[in-house]
Amino acid sequence: MSSVLGVVDSMLELLFRAITLRDYNTRIVLGGTTLLGISSGLVGTFLVLRKRALAADVVSHSALPGIAIAFLVAERLSPGSGRSSSILLIGAFVSSLLGMGMTMCIRRWTRIKDDAALAIVLGLFFGLGMALFTVVQRTATGNAAGLQHFIFGKAASIVAADVWLIAEVSAVVTLLCCALFKELSLLCFDEEFAAARGYHTFVLDGILTLMAVTVTLIGLQSVGLLLVVALLLIPPTAARFWTHHLTSMALIAAAIGGLSCGIGVLLSAAFPRLAAGAVIVLSGAVLFVLSLLFGRSHGLWPRWRSQREFEQKIGRSDLLRACFEYIEPLFNIDEISARKLQSVSIPPSRLLNIGHWPESHFQRLTASAEKSGLLRFSSDGWQLTMDGAVEAMNVTRQHRLWELYLLTQTDLDPRLVDRGADGIEHALDSDQLARLEGLLSAASDQRIPPSPHVITGAANSDST
Amino acid sequence: MTNSTIDHEAVPSGIEPSASSVLNAASMVPLSIEDVTVAYHRRPVLWNIDYQAPRGKLVAIVGPNGSGKTTLIKSILDLIPRAAGRVLIFGQEYKTQRHRVGYVPQRTSVDWDFPVSALDVVAMGLYRKIGWFKPVTHAHRETAKQALDRVGMLDFASRQISQLSGGQQQRVFLARALVQNADLYFMDEPFAGVDAATERAIVDILRSLRESGKTVIVVHHDLQTVHEYFDEVMLLNMRLIAAGPTSEVFTTENLRKTYGGKLALLDQLSEKMARPRNN
Repeated sequence: MSSVLGVVDSMLELLFRAITLRDYNTRIVLGGTTLLGISSGLVGTFLVLRKRALAADVVSHSALPGIAIAFLVAERLSPGSGRSSSILLIGAFVSSLLGMGMTMCIRRWTRIKDDAALAIVLGLFFGLGMALFTVVQRTATGNAAGLQHFIFGKAASIVAADVWLIAEVSAVVTLLCCALFKELSLLCFDEEFAAARGYHTFVLDGILTLMAVTVTLIGLQSVGLLLVVALLLIPPTAARFWTHHLTSMALIAAAIGGLSCGIGVLLSAAFPRLAAGAVIVLSGAVLFVLSLLFGRSHGLWPRWRSQREFEQKIGRSDLLRACFEYIEPLFNIDEISARKLQSVSIPPSRLLNIGHWPESHFQRLTASAEKSGLLRFSSDGWQLTMDGAVEAMNVTRQHRLWELYLLTQTDLDPRLVDRGADGIEHALDSDQLARLEGLLSAASDQRIPPSPHVITGAANSDST
Repeated sequence: MTNSTIDHEAVPSGIEPSASSVLNAASMVPLSIEDVTVAYHRRPVLWNIDYQAPRGKLVAIVGPNGSGKTTLIKSILDLIPRAAGRVLIFGQEYKTQRHRVGYVPQRTSVDWDFPVSALDVVAMGLYRKIGWFKPVTHAHRETAKQALDRVGMLDFASRQISQLSGGQQQRVFLARALVQNADLYFMDEPFAGVDAATERAIVDILRSLRESGKTVIVVHHDLQTVHEYFDEVMLLNMRLIAAGPTSEVFTTENLRKTYGGKLALLDQLSEKMARPRNN
């Protein structure tokens, strides 16, 4: 029991240490990796919008054989130098270039499409890399540990010197993205127009590709080559749920990238056994799911909520209109006023009859209307309040005008007019309403036109 | 240096008056196409096109599908390489006159889910003028808003483009070209798939451009409206069948030659060249 407590205790202590940044090494790694996250969020935004998302995948996976070969060659030439990450990065760079070059050649000279070309190159290079890796593991001894980190990432335990490289390169890439922001946006949106305006789209594309390759390669050490593509792609796709402006999307992507890297590093420092790359990407994935659910633009929850609000608004209008239609035959149509409407008590059963709602739905509608101060329950039934009466008159007028429009301008069968009116009328705004009134000049003289069809269940009818 | 209020080119001193007047004359011609031929994958698409556009007029390019209308515009704008021939814009190469030329491409290949609003799209027309490494300022946005207002889309400035109808989208792209304040405009089928109200709005804008002395060259698909909208017309079907004032050139005979179904020798040859050799 005490040993379990002891373990938990030390874990918490590690976490606390990490979060409060007491460790110098953690501070540097946090700073550098966060910068990496920011730059990859930015570059990833342009990659996604340019529909080159999987290019990052080709770059990262085709780096593997290069890393293995660089290690073997370095160990052969001077044993012990295989640890140097600069040498391994050079190997990664050359190998990635070959991989990308091969993809472009396949696309250009054969009829094979993008996705198949990617799969072929990925399989070839990564397979070769894996084979070489087993050779590496059999030959070398302690030095091969460094290679493992290229695959799985070692964010939290990166050496300070490497972090400086990551930080510098990320800063340069970030600045470049900001400086070329509008040109890259235009390239992604409308390449043809950009070319017509005199931009060398080939060069711009080249710059974007170079930035993508750079970020991918420096990300190899932090996140590992298996997952670095996720670091580029998850932030912008998450950001898309929050905005439909490109600038905001890029900023949010940078923020999400930086945040997921930061959280990942801290957690990884607290739990050193966890693969750092995985933790970073998982943090990003959590942020993605949150964006999917709650993002202001296209998020599931806001969409559901606005749909609910719209349905409630429709239900409310229909209820008030049903009240009006029940009361209507009791008075002369030109004399109907809010005060007169207020005076009538409507038996709930009759109201239910006019609106054809299911019982439970009716209860909810009336309860909600009562809470909003539009209806009042008396001993004889429901009564409209002043607000309710005014609203009922407006709503009915809108509905009748639209019905009239459908009848006179669109040759709709009168029996179908009520149903047709129900959907559209709730979408009319004041401008459209004014146009409607202009069109139906005769009707606009009257305050509320009479209904073009028979209303069953009203106060003067025999049916119950 | 002689400064002319009309021309944008200054005539260097030391040149003979007659030569300078020739230069002046050339710079008055918005578009001069000489012997232009364009080939695509070894297949000739445009043959020996010669044309001079008049200043301050509305010109229509008409022809059947595949006749090279879009190709002609793209080859003028250096988007497609020419196999032969020369193009002069206001007497100079297109490269130096880009700022005086506006382009409204076909509305087809845009990604409507792209996160931009109508105002953002129009502002893109100013990027070249703003220059490298400089941001888009409030003043630039105001200019873009004015262009949107001119096409009647100011109320839609902050709408994302997929929330616009086809006609509204077309107007936004038109505003993107107008914001440059160019002297020569190329438009590729601006009336395709738009509603009647948008069509009227676009025609009004074309006419106001003409009033201001601008030249507009339009690839047009609707033969019914050529007479009503355009001063000049180019009848194109891989070669220029006829070009000139609408009343003179837009005749039944010429239309038959342009749209006629029989394959002329030229068409047969180009078909043969496009086929792979071992067929």
